[in-house]
Amino acid sequence: MPDAVIDTLNLTKMFGTFTAVDTLTLSLEKGEIFGFLGANGAGKTTVIKMLTGLLAPTSGSASVAGFDVFKATESIKQNIGYMSQRFSLYEDLTPRENIRFWGGIYGLEKTIIKEKGLDLLNALDLLDVADTRLSSLPLGWKQKLAFSVALLHEPKIIFLDEPTGGVDPVTRRRFWDMIYEKADKGLTVFVTTHYMDEAEYCDRISIMVEGRMAALGTPAALKSEFGAKSIDDLFIRLARR
Amino acid sequence: MVPIIFIMPFIQLLILSNAATFDVKHVPFHLQDLDRSSLSNNLARYFSSSGYFRRTGESFSSIQAVDELISRKADLVVVIPRNFEHDLITLGSTPVQLIINAEDGFSAGVIQGYTNDIITGFNNEHKMLFARAGAAFPEIQVTSSGWYNPELEYTHYMVPGILVILVTLIGLFLSGMNVVSEKETGTIEQINVTPVKSYQFITGKLLPFWIIGLGELTLGLFIARIVFHVPMLGSYLLVYLVASIYLLVVLGMGLLISTITDTQQQAMFVAWFFMVIFTLLSGLFTSIESMPDWAQLVTMLNPVRHFVDIMRRVMLKGSEFADITGSLVILCVYAAVMLTLAVNRYKKVSYV
Repeated sequence: MPDAVIDTLNLTKMFGTFTAVDTLTLSLEKGEIFGFLGANGAGKTTVIKMLTGLLAPTSGSASVAGFDVFKATESIKQNIGYMSQRFSLYEDLTPRENIRFWGGIYGLEKTIIKEKGLDLLNALDLLDVADTRLSSLPLGWKQKLAFSVALLHEPKIIFLDEPTGGVDPVTRRRFWDMIYEKADKGLTVFVTTHYMDEAEYCDRISIMVEGRMAALGTPAALKSEFGAKSIDDLFIRLARR
Repeated sequence: MVPIIFIMPFIQLLILSNAATFDVKHVPFHLQDLDRSSLSNNLARYFSSSGYFRRTGESFSSIQAVDELISRKADLVVVIPRNFEHDLITLGSTPVQLIINAEDGFSAGVIQGYTNDIITGFNNEHKMLFARAGAAFPEIQVTSSGWYNPELEYTHYMVPGILVILVTLIGLFLSGMNVVSEKETGTIEQINVTPVKSYQFITGKLLPFWIIGLGELTLGLFIARIVFHVPMLGSYLLVYLVASIYLLVVLGMGLLISTITDTQQQAMFVAWFFMVIFTLLSGLFTSIESMPDWAQLVTMLNPVRHFVDIMRRVMLKGSEFADITGSLVILCVYAAVMLTLAVNRYKKVSYV
């Protein structure tokens, strides 16, 4: 695919003799929300680490935002956003300080950080607590902030590694509204989750089983292909095989 | 945390410098005066009035004297033999027995030094007696004076060294806990997916602690001056120059520890391990010259030793840049090695 944002061909990662990821071939379009499902230990995190330049693949090829995962990991990093299951902002800094810090890390101009930060705090309705330490804010607020901060440098892709773990259903729903909004503006979203209702929100999903991609397609197509009632049903059937 | 960083060293400096002293004062001694003459009485008074010794008992039997030593009521027994006065006057010399409790060899040495001084003093005052007896009198008299610390002020010697230990402690532990704590909270993972460069990250980690370390040193030098009246014969500029390089060594080492460990406990353990070795081999409490040769060689690898040495030399002796280049070069090399290792060891990759 010529304008693919993520493009992999037979991407493989071995740890010794153990094959963590086995010949993964995948292509993501601009603005796509891609759900990356799989049981714990199925190789999801390894794929994300390879695509974000944290881990060198053993074989195969892949490009992210147009950069090669073997040669140009630092260029990839400048063009992706990342938000992990472990809360990733600094708890002992305030929202404003976190924005300044992460904006600075990505090399944004001071005036731009200030301007964008203000817009961001406004949009998230966090102006009142802009100078309160993050550690005293509710998890849902922090996650919204983390998502927005990860997009501060306007990446083409964002990787969300179980972004909504431990969050109540209402906050999760709001979080997905934010994801939709950004995807509409052309952001590619690569998201892993254990919530099967969230999988239904995705444009396409894949299910990893023991390092291999066992299924790939739109949620509706996959359900009819495997004759499953829901994604939950499909997931359990594939993961148990 | 900020009050801890600044108040803790302040208190340590005050307490340690006063408490960790080798001075031996008011040593309890037991007198066994078997002569009971005016001269023997005079010698006994020399001991009592010297300020170093305090008479706790007197007896005529060795058994009781030994009992006093064993029960630690006395650390020194002075035995003045029968015919002390008579022999001194007629023969010009006579032995006096000194039994020193040498459980603590260091204190015993100090006590022996004091007794020598006292007996020399006694001899000098009574030289007329010896002259009359026609005994040869030593023409060369030994007088000693401690250069660079003429009053042999113990704190003058200790404060610069303790100051070094405090700066080391702060630097090593603050930086040692730092990167590893980010591993624990998970923020390091987020940092690793950003385009930040290794050297930028390490610089960001280093700089705050470097400034805190120099602030700590300033506070310590201030206390040394105001509270302990430690002289500063050299230049403050030189002290700061050395300290700024020294801090790079310590911080680089701390960051290295931080990057190779997975939890703060591990980092703490490794940091303590080095801290204890560095302190004991620094020449702060025991002089390097009295260590075995191999240990002296090992101390050359100890950055604390070099900085303690430089601090004492610059503060008490007024050593200048040219005098300390040897140690300074070693510190520079050390700093370069540590920082290179820390930057290289911190890889922006995932350790699966």
